Amino acid sequence: MEMVSTMDQENEVRECRNVVCMRGIVKHFPGVLANDHVDFELREGEVHALLGENGAGKSTLMNILAGLYRQDEGLIEVNGKEVKFNSPRDAIAAGIGMVHQHFMLVPSQSVTENILLGLSEPRFRLNLPHYDAVVAQMAEEYGLHVDPRAKIWQLSVGEQQRVELLKMLYRGAEILIMDEPTAVLAPSEIDDLFVTLRAMTQKGKSITFISHKLHEVMAISNRVTVLRKGKVTSSGINIADTSRAGLANLMVGREVVFRVDKNEQEPGDVILSVDNIHAENNKGLKALNGITLNVRAGEIVGLAGVAGNGQRELADVITGLRKASEGQVIIGGEDITNLSPKAGIRKGVSHIPEDRTHVGTAPNLSVTDNVIMKNYTEEPIGKGWMVNDTAATKYARELKKAFDIIVPNVHTSVRLLSGGNLQKVILAREISKKPELLIAMQPTRGLDVGAIEGVQRLLLLQREAGSAVLLVSEELEELLSLSDRIYVIYEGEIMGEVADGDIEKIGLMMTGMQMEDIRLQGEKSNE
Amino acid sequence: MSESMTSNISPKGRFPFKLKIEPRLKSPSGWFSSMLSFLAVVLALLVGAGIIAAAGGEPWRAYAHIARSSFGSVGVFSDTMVKAIPLMLTGLACTVAFRMRLWNIGAEGQFFLGAWGASLVVLAPILPEETPQWIFIIVMSIVGIAMGAIYGFIPGFLKAKLNVNEIISTLMLNYIAVEWNNYFIYDKWSEGGFQMSKVFPRNAWLPRLADYAKEIPEFRGLTVHFGLVFAIIAAVVVWLILYKSQWGYEIRLIGDNPKAAEYAGIPIARNIILVMSLSGALAGLAGMSEITGVVHRLQGHISPGYGFTAIIIAWLAKLNPFAVLLVSVLFGALILAGREIQPSGVPTMIQGVIMVFLIASDFFMRYRIYFARRKEE
Repeated sequence: MEMVSTMDQENEVRECRNVVCMRGIVKHFPGVLANDHVDFELREGEVHALLGENGAGKSTLMNILAGLYRQDEGLIEVNGKEVKFNSPRDAIAAGIGMVHQHFMLVPSQSVTENILLGLSEPRFRLNLPHYDAVVAQMAEEYGLHVDPRAKIWQLSVGEQQRVELLKMLYRGAEILIMDEPTAVLAPSEIDDLFVTLRAMTQKGKSITFISHKLHEVMAISNRVTVLRKGKVTSSGINIADTSRAGLANLMVGREVVFRVDKNEQEPGDVILSVDNIHAENNKGLKALNGITLNVRAGEIVGLAGVAGNGQRELADVITGLRKASEGQVIIGGEDITNLSPKAGIRKGVSHIPEDRTHVGTAPNLSVTDNVIMKNYTEEPIGKGWMVNDTAATKYARELKKAFDIIVPNVHTSVRLLSGGNLQKVILAREISKKPELLIAMQPTRGLDVGAIEGVQRLLLLQREAGSAVLLVSEELEELLSLSDRIYVIYEGEIMGEVADGDIEKIGLMMTGMQMEDIRLQGEKSNE
Repeated sequence: MSESMTSNISPKGRFPFKLKIEPRLKSPSGWFSSMLSFLAVVLALLVGAGIIAAAGGEPWRAYAHIARSSFGSVGVFSDTMVKAIPLMLTGLACTVAFRMRLWNIGAEGQFFLGAWGASLVVLAPILPEETPQWIFIIVMSIVGIAMGAIYGFIPGFLKAKLNVNEIISTLMLNYIAVEWNNYFIYDKWSEGGFQMSKVFPRNAWLPRLADYAKEIPEFRGLTVHFGLVFAIIAAVVVWLILYKSQWGYEIRLIGDNPKAAEYAGIPIARNIILVMSLSGALAGLAGMSEITGVVHRLQGHISPGYGFTAIIIAWLAKLNPFAVLLVSVLFGALILAGREIQPSGVPTMIQGVIMVFLIASDFFMRYRIYFARRKEE
């Protein structure tokens, strides 16, 4: 405690000449330290990127600045004055406006109506034509082209984002926070957005740009602050002084936790063969752009890449949860492209989903009900049209013992389980089926070190048992220690394949460089 | 400890404690849930007592009267059961749908269609009047169930294929069902200009206990009809489906997490349609048993809102089919005896109050409430 207070005093002594200074921000959520003494400074008229992986604490930090959350510790200064925000209204009054990933607009109302919503002026008579003109003029000024009279539901996502920006500008925001603004946009819209952002900085607005996409950060921002697991790994470096690879390292980190012993073994036949797969994400944007890869029996193949580059969509297509618009998925010699998830399950595909609570388990059902999810029709648990309760409970008890699931009894609802135990329930279910092919998405995310080791050992056991394993992870160390080969995915394309665990090459490919380009570069420098 | 100290720490609050509400991390034990429901009903009855008093009645005498006139003798208990039978079947209908978190608010409409289907057999006519009773019962059940099932299938299909909100569609279909019936009783099957059909032939009546009074004199005047057997069989079937079968497992899984169900390879659209049809079928059976066991003709006002009361019943029974039977008897008593006090108004109001208290009590299942000492924020 004492140390913190002395630190605070030092902070207060240090003068803040920037439009925003956040000092020693700490924010706890139940079980998570989202921000751990984070410092952040925003200069006037700059685009400052806040870079980090999912869950690094970027959005939390900005939600604090926008008045949505209150920090547990630390102080915020805006234009040199300390501020305490109790609501987004306070933040707006201080000139800070945030554009969220999910727009907060009323679809059935017009652009102008949405912009005026919640303001004290106009009072009773709306006089919309007058305000339409005001909005139109403002839109013209900043290059935010949108018809003030159009209804929100008629607008494209990019146009809706412009409305959100106009809303903030109309409220007098001088400081704009954009939470992953490009995630919902098509490429051409992204270019338009960047033009707008530049126009706004020229008019003296300061912008914070949250992203995990390196090339965008390089393209638009003046400076960048990198967050990793709630801590700042690099604070306010000039974009000119850094490189994609350097940022990638700061973002992903390179600390070695431990090494796993892995037997040498020859892989067998090709089990999974993905050929030229194209697919869209939930927003209808292109997510996979001709993915081709294969996984053989008895090998672990890693898929490296920064989150959101198509990993989830690829896993969904392979397991039948998402339709591919083009290409083929062949499992065990059988084409199962665009068949139901059941077809995959029948072919011996197991899937450890990324989202444990929303996809992997049914939270209010018991451990028993959750572990029989994929074999409730098979003997001895399925008996005719019935579920044999005795057999199901026995099976659940066996798994509880074998996988060391810590839970009072197998009738407990799984929503009461900790993250690690929940993951064990999923692993128990997926692995005990002796899968031909195991798709493991982020299997160790959010687990403590002991649990991570357990999960990794289980994956290696699958490999020894002759399963084909496709391991998708953002933890490079994990991929390197477990995988026989690693593919790198970037914006829905495979950049290349690495068998020797060359971390430099993987890092470069994660930032969008093709394998061939790296090789060419290497040859050049050798010459 | 002293108040002055606390107020020093917290300048805003004068009271040193404040109410804190937290989501429960552990599910409360089984007895807590039953106690809570019981308490909710007791509180609701107390509020009801207030309402009766405000209306100028004497609450305790009114409640005693309700108890006497619904459970006081074998005769009135039999009448209570007659009221309970349609509640049991519609309650089971809601139970099946609610288990999958499909909010079928249309049991009322499905009930009417079931009644209409049964009438169709007599009035179309599908079977001649002199058909033996057992054939009548079987055919009327089948047609009644089928009509209810079709009426459940429609919103189920719309939900599965077009994602139409089933709450709205089932609610609206209720009005259509009532008017559909009206069309037939005002025009097609109207008897002598009255808004009702002719009385069904005796062969098309469900047997009642009173029908056997010749053999067993104790049964004289007892109106309980064969629908009770339907209800008990239906409860067993629903229990087997929901808690023993693979289909029931699928229904529970979809109800709890549709995404997990899809991930486990369970077809969701098909199950929505099947469950809505089954739900409609049970409500249809309720309509059939009411029309052939009690009313014996098609007319308006065959239901005092059975299909809506069924929602409360399914909720109160915590989706347990056998509990549905018991709760239905209680509500049957309330409907029957309530009428003795007042034809409409207060008794329905008490029902409403019970519903509100039950829904509110669910809050305590999910949240923990305690007093916390104010601390510095």
